[in-house]
Amino acid sequence: MATAALTVDAPGFGSRVWSWITTTDHKRIGILYGVTAFVFFLLGGLEALVIRAQLAQSSADLVSADFYNQLFTMHGTTMVFLAIMPLSAAFFNYIVPLQIGARDVAFPRLNAFSYWVFLLGGLLMNASFFFGAAPNGGWFGYANLTSTQYSPGLNIDFWVLGLQILGVASIAAGINFLVTIINLRAPGMRMMRLPVFTWMTLVTQFIVVTAFPVITVALVFLMFDRTFGTTFYSVAAGGDVLLWQHLFWLFGHPEVYILILPAMGMVSEVIPTFSRKPLFGYAVIVYSGLLIAILGWGVWAHHMFAVGMGPVADAVFSSTTMLIAIPTGVKIFNWLATMWGGKLSLKTPMLFSLGFIAMFVVGGLSGVMHSSAAADLQQTDSYFVVAHIHYVLYGGAIQGIFSGIYYWWPKMTGWMLNERLGKTHFWLSFIGLNLAFFPMHFIGLLGMPRRIYTYDAVLGVDAMNFMSTVGAFIIGLSTIVFVVNVWYSRRERIEAGMDPWGAATLEWSIPSPPPNYNFTAIPEVVSRLPQWSDTEMKAIPTEPEGEIHMPGGSYWPAVSAVGILVLAVGALLESLAFALGGAVVLVVGIYAWAFEPFEM
Amino acid sequence: MDITLRHERGRRRLGALLGVMLAGSVVAACGGDYPQSTLHPTADFGYQVDSLFRTIFWWAVAVFVIVETMLMYVIVKYRERPGSPDPRRIHGSTLLEVAWTLAPAVVLVFIAVPTIRTIMNVTGDAPEDALVIDVVGHQWWWEYRYQDFGVTTATDLHVPQGQPVQLRMTSADVIHSFWVPKIGGKRDVMPGRTTFIAFTPDSVGAYYGQCAEFCGESHAHMRLRLMVDPPDDFDTWVRGQQAAPSEAVTLDADAQRGREAFAAVRTPGNHSCLACHAVEGLAFGALGPNLTHLASRSSIAGGILPMDADALTRWLRDPLTIKPGSLMPDIDLTEDEISTLVAYLLTLR
Repeated sequence: MATAALTVDAPGFGSRVWSWITTTDHKRIGILYGVTAFVFFLLGGLEALVIRAQLAQSSADLVSADFYNQLFTMHGTTMVFLAIMPLSAAFFNYIVPLQIGARDVAFPRLNAFSYWVFLLGGLLMNASFFFGAAPNGGWFGYANLTSTQYSPGLNIDFWVLGLQILGVASIAAGINFLVTIINLRAPGMRMMRLPVFTWMTLVTQFIVVTAFPVITVALVFLMFDRTFGTTFYSVAAGGDVLLWQHLFWLFGHPEVYILILPAMGMVSEVIPTFSRKPLFGYAVIVYSGLLIAILGWGVWAHHMFAVGMGPVADAVFSSTTMLIAIPTGVKIFNWLATMWGGKLSLKTPMLFSLGFIAMFVVGGLSGVMHSSAAADLQQTDSYFVVAHIHYVLYGGAIQGIFSGIYYWWPKMTGWMLNERLGKTHFWLSFIGLNLAFFPMHFIGLLGMPRRIYTYDAVLGVDAMNFMSTVGAFIIGLSTIVFVVNVWYSRRERIEAGMDPWGAATLEWSIPSPPPNYNFTAIPEVVSRLPQWSDTEMKAIPTEPEGEIHMPGGSYWPAVSAVGILVLAVGALLESLAFALGGAVVLVVGIYAWAFEPFEM
Repeated sequence: MDITLRHERGRRRLGALLGVMLAGSVVAACGGDYPQSTLHPTADFGYQVDSLFRTIFWWAVAVFVIVETMLMYVIVKYRERPGSPDPRRIHGSTLLEVAWTLAPAVVLVFIAVPTIRTIMNVTGDAPEDALVIDVVGHQWWWEYRYQDFGVTTATDLHVPQGQPVQLRMTSADVIHSFWVPKIGGKRDVMPGRTTFIAFTPDSVGAYYGQCAEFCGESHAHMRLRLMVDPPDDFDTWVRGQQAAPSEAVTLDADAQRGREAFAAVRTPGNHSCLACHAVEGLAFGALGPNLTHLASRSSIAGGILPMDADALTRWLRDPLTIKPGSLMPDIDLTEDEISTLVAYLLTLR
């Protein structure tokens, strides 16, 4: 509680840092998520550039085989778990409570705990580079290559422990947001009045809390195999290498929707705002999001068409996978219909949303090609799939997230991002991604497998690989333009006001950035688009009417997170002392947290 | 206005750039000699997969053109202009929702039906008269055992033109994936499981392939060649493989010394050639490739080096630089030992 006093009184550097460490404000935690994830995004991007530099020509030896394997493993792992997911989490944190008219999330300290666990898990995983032992078994970590027999180093241990820690963060956050969205809605904010971004957050968190336990089981098996000599994936002892693949993809495919649904939610906010029209087919977009999440559970084995599951399984998983194209197509048609007859303002957030649609269509169509099990026998594990995932995840998820960044930035900071630099960022990124990823379709069809650190000139793919490398560096340049934009706009400081875009949802009815209590009075919602509604919403007073009780700061979530980290380091070093020490810190942290008075 | 024009020009230039990229890639993909291409199959398996792929490809192109055209149209037509009226606030249309739910469903039927038909045809089952070859994946090379002929070889897979072939595959260590794009799709090769590929090659030639499942440090170096021989040549090849290698008496002095070096027991034990390699009548190692007819192959070291004196010399000098992580150790052979070993290995025709 001394901490709370510090937050208010002392603006010194130390206390500012302390206030961030102890914060339970969903907006500050959102910013922490965003900044941390962006740093990991840059790191993952740097890894990609080294990969592309190595592949710029055949038989190159810029990096060693093993380092290359570490790079592509960490590029995939970083982008999925440390960049795209937490970048979305930044918006869940910052925007969702504002959109539903709440003052914070349901469990503010659990929220802080999620962030600190995520941060420390990400740091642990990346610390492996300092020991020359970054994970090198691929982001999918197929058994039995990950066994101690074939991967004796610490590389896989860093990966197994890092992912388990990140899973704790994700599940805690998932439960938090499920409860928040269901229980903390303002009066009148019925489910079918929720903004689509909040809806997609809800769906995403439902997938998170159901999918992450599956990979946790798979990882615990692997950890036991590696540490205690169990034999879940050991063929010699009667285990099965395919067990891992089924468990991993049973998590891994829903994970794809964890990555893309939030971006679809952002795009569904941006397009109506910049078309000056309500979202076309709101209910259908919501239901198709739900349907994608449900169908997403029945398609995992389409990652395994080459393992020889037999024609019946192949046919079934082909069909279920194709079905997903229907709700996805429906979303795209509804976005087009939203714009039809609208008044399109092509500001930067809108450009990124349009880019999302244009590129996601490409990734979706190559996805339909993979869904055909027999055709996929040529495509799987080739660069064709690399093209597909990057159209979906860079052309899709990242473009959508940048759309969200440009859209909500003024709300989060109070000032606008520069339009000219924003457009430069968009066009460079759009050109770069097509140059980088389009040739990969052909590289794959011409027979280049993925995950190889070098290739033979005889394949005839040198020129296209070079093109792809140039594209990757253009993407890198576009990201620098974004960073410059932030720096420049911060100095330019064009005030945003409450609602710079003339948007419809609740977060635009309060100041930018919002005060720590968000709403002076909890609003009464009378429509899906409160700001555009004909029936005026009761005005939110400019000053709070009485004292507003907000949760105080607490350092116990961060302490508990440190306990988990120490526990993992103990497992890594196989040191009982470390492990016990971590357990003690964790237990003390949780107890102190539980008995801490809640109010300031 | 000026800015708008500049944007229009920019967009046209971008369109042109993307067009050139696309055209360039297509041209690149169609011409030339691509020994590992999926687009030019030479076996029934490959034809079926290719025809399915082309069906889906053209459907995808049609959908792509329709959706992207609609998108461009909407952007151009409904772009905000000075004096544009405020749009009507339409919330949806049940008729349209039904229409664009059904439209993709119909397209998918046209994709699903040939898909399932092809799945049933490419299961790996082969006719009775098929030549069955056992394929074993190793980190990082391919071993082939022709049980019918008593032949064991590596890297180069010889098959006769026009005869059905079935590959019966398993792995000695981790998961690999056997992929020769010109005969058709890949199939994973797993420890503790047996998987199958069946195909009938119809064109004589040497086709490239390589492991498609990430299998550790030198995954990139796990390559192979599929040699489709005319039936007579194939028979000749089989007889050559069945014959014992040249007898010691026919070896010249260097090769004779090389043979002795090969058979020598060194310390540590895994520095002896015969600990891992077999040469019929001389050595019985089973961890590495069988070298009985090494010199009759087109390549060494898992298909990454040509089969010649220079490459053999480089390989013996420093295997771990050429193929990082390989089980083949750096044996610290003297230059003299290397040259005699190479002379010997070259006699193993």
